[in-house]
Amino acid sequence: MKINIQRASEITSFSIDIENATLLEVLTYIKTKIDSSLAFSSGCRSGVCGSCAMRVNGKEVLACAYKVQEDDLIEPLRNAPIVRDLVVDMQKSYAFNKVAKAWQTTLNEEKIQTLHVSPQQAQINELQSDCILCGSCYSACPVYSVNPEFIGPFALTRAWRYVSDARQNDVEKTIGAVQEKGIYDCTLCGECIPVCPQNIAPKQDIVMLKNKSGVLGYMDPNFASSFGGFDLSF
Amino acid sequence: MVDVLVIGAGGAGLVAALSAKEAGASVRVLSKTYPTRSQTCMAQGGINAALGNVGEDSVKSHYENTLKSAHGIADEKMIDKLCSSAPDILKWLDSIGVPFSRTQEGKIAQRRLGGASASRACYAQDYTGLKILHTLYDQCNAQDIEILSERFLLELLVKDGAVCGAEFLNIKTGEQEQFYAKSVILATGGYSRIYGKNSTNAVGSTGDGIMAAYRAGAKLSDMEFVQFHPTGLKNSSILISESARGEGGYLLSKEGKRFTNELAPRDEVSRAIYDELQNGGEVYIDIRHLGEEFIEHNLPQERKLAKLYEGVDPVFEIIPIKPVAHYTMGGIDVDENSQSSIKGLFAVGECANQKVHGANRLGGNSLLELIVFGREVGKNAFQFAEQNTLTCKVLEPCLSVLNQSIKESSNSSFYQKRDELANELYENVGIKREQKSLTCTLVSLQKLKSELPHLGIKDTNKIYNSELVEFLEFKNMIDLSQMLVQGALKREESRGAHFRVDMPSENAAFKKNRVYYKNGEELCIE
Repeated sequence: MKINIQRASEITSFSIDIENATLLEVLTYIKTKIDSSLAFSSGCRSGVCGSCAMRVNGKEVLACAYKVQEDDLIEPLRNAPIVRDLVVDMQKSYAFNKVAKAWQTTLNEEKIQTLHVSPQQAQINELQSDCILCGSCYSACPVYSVNPEFIGPFALTRAWRYVSDARQNDVEKTIGAVQEKGIYDCTLCGECIPVCPQNIAPKQDIVMLKNKSGVLGYMDPNFASSFGGFDLSF
Repeated sequence: MVDVLVIGAGGAGLVAALSAKEAGASVRVLSKTYPTRSQTCMAQGGINAALGNVGEDSVKSHYENTLKSAHGIADEKMIDKLCSSAPDILKWLDSIGVPFSRTQEGKIAQRRLGGASASRACYAQDYTGLKILHTLYDQCNAQDIEILSERFLLELLVKDGAVCGAEFLNIKTGEQEQFYAKSVILATGGYSRIYGKNSTNAVGSTGDGIMAAYRAGAKLSDMEFVQFHPTGLKNSSILISESARGEGGYLLSKEGKRFTNELAPRDEVSRAIYDELQNGGEVYIDIRHLGEEFIEHNLPQERKLAKLYEGVDPVFEIIPIKPVAHYTMGGIDVDENSQSSIKGLFAVGECANQKVHGANRLGGNSLLELIVFGREVGKNAFQFAEQNTLTCKVLEPCLSVLNQSIKESSNSSFYQKRDELANELYENVGIKREQKSLTCTLVSLQKLKSELPHLGIKDTNKIYNSELVEFLEFKNMIDLSQMLVQGALKREESRGAHFRVDMPSENAAFKKNRVYYKNGEELCIE
């Protein structure tokens, strides 16, 4: 089987003799038996740590969850600085979690004592909290590729996770943090959805955040400026 | 110089950092990987607390179950602390937003795991570790805690018997960096990865922190006790959670018959499966009778893993399994304040031996342990830091590990040796052990050690040299394996997860913790 790997500016091809293997198994085989200088990152090898996201034939996958096909082209994630070969620097996309203030404000003792979260309420953010921060969605996001300050898909999904949580008692902190360079910059193109290994739809979460923002009296600046433009033309 | 340097950003490290910060400390966290990518994300089944949300339970039962499973070599006071703090710990996790599954009454859902007398494990589907870890990471963001990723721990810096920092390899740049601190907390995980592909663990569970502590002169203990999880997938060793049995799954022999109590402690179940496999059989876990809806809702990850890595859909098929290395009970020996034998050096989580698991850990107690003791250790380390008047002068940096490791002319690959060692350990120092095979492996290890100066790496690039990192991990794993084998040889009895075919019963003379330490270049075990 032949597999092609993008390394710096050139593509290296490897011939390997394994069938029905995950991409991570193939990369490990190459590193330990053919070329020890090949760089990639991995962790749990079971789809839950998010370390081995990369692109195969242009689409984002987890190497540990993808079965290699003949003549596949393997490339690093987009929209992140390449450290070496298939390894990218995740520092920047990770930092958007903080920008989005995606966390729960710790509840006080009294509130904890009376806490009641129904199974239905718990289900509201069950999927969002499956996120493994692999970065596939940032790689696929056309807005982030031209606007590197866009808060981006996984951080906004995380914001919605906490905003939608029945226990959250400070929704405005997070909603306020995602107004600028956040929810309104998203064009709702949906590119983030098919690439998510956990079947999360950040686009939907962004729509939910927009709705919640509207309820809280925040204004879509695009909407406002189009009104402004309208005024000016007269 | 910060008050508290935390090494490791898994569950234990992040809780420790949060508690130190809450106590008023300046904190810096360093991690070999990124903060949500550690072993903790792989914990699936749950976290124990006697809440009694699903049927009767009590702290006393939790205590008794844990003590029984420990087979006499745990510290009763520490188990008491573990079990009695558990309900408050769950309140805390609830207060910071861990998305637990819920009962109809709106309480945290609980299920029964092996060795437990009640439904005690609180869970978030079968993603419990993942969701706790990510919630902790979000809290670290809320508290503005500095986390530096992709730093490999080389050595602890120790001066006049007290720790004053650590030296790291910055994996991204290849530079060696020293960080100074008034106290250091190790939260670097266990060493199950010495068993290579015969382990459920992430590739990074190579015991780097334990070895750095040992080299710096810290005492270790109970290194011979390794837990084998009964249900790793047959081909990939990927974990099928104990919750699969807890929710009612059966273990089946080749003939399709149940052959053991599925909810016995892990050591017993693993041995029963091992015997079945040794007799030429196959063993399967069967959850078909739970039904698709239940599996999708409560065990979604198990279904995904079985389909992807074993090619079977557990809704319709039985899953082939084998027992594989999962958790190391021993580690850095610590006192009741989680302080090691080196002043100012603390340890928490799987790298530490808090003596709550003894000879065999119960499912659901490891997530609990890292939060109970993580909450304490941050405060303790800060208290130490406040009283620490030692001024740490800049120490000599370590020699370049890259330059020392390059062996371009070497013909044999350390990767091959690493895999051979892993398989030999699984065969000879695994679920069942005996003097002859242990001695055999000790000889192999001595031979490997003598070959080590001729082994090395070929990649000379400084940037993200993962061959270098894996070689450094391999060196740690050889030393850890030697300790494990020598400890297993010296424990001439069977106890919990340590089973000697040639001495199959417990011997009261060995009912104690064994301490491992460095004397000159020699390993001493007492």
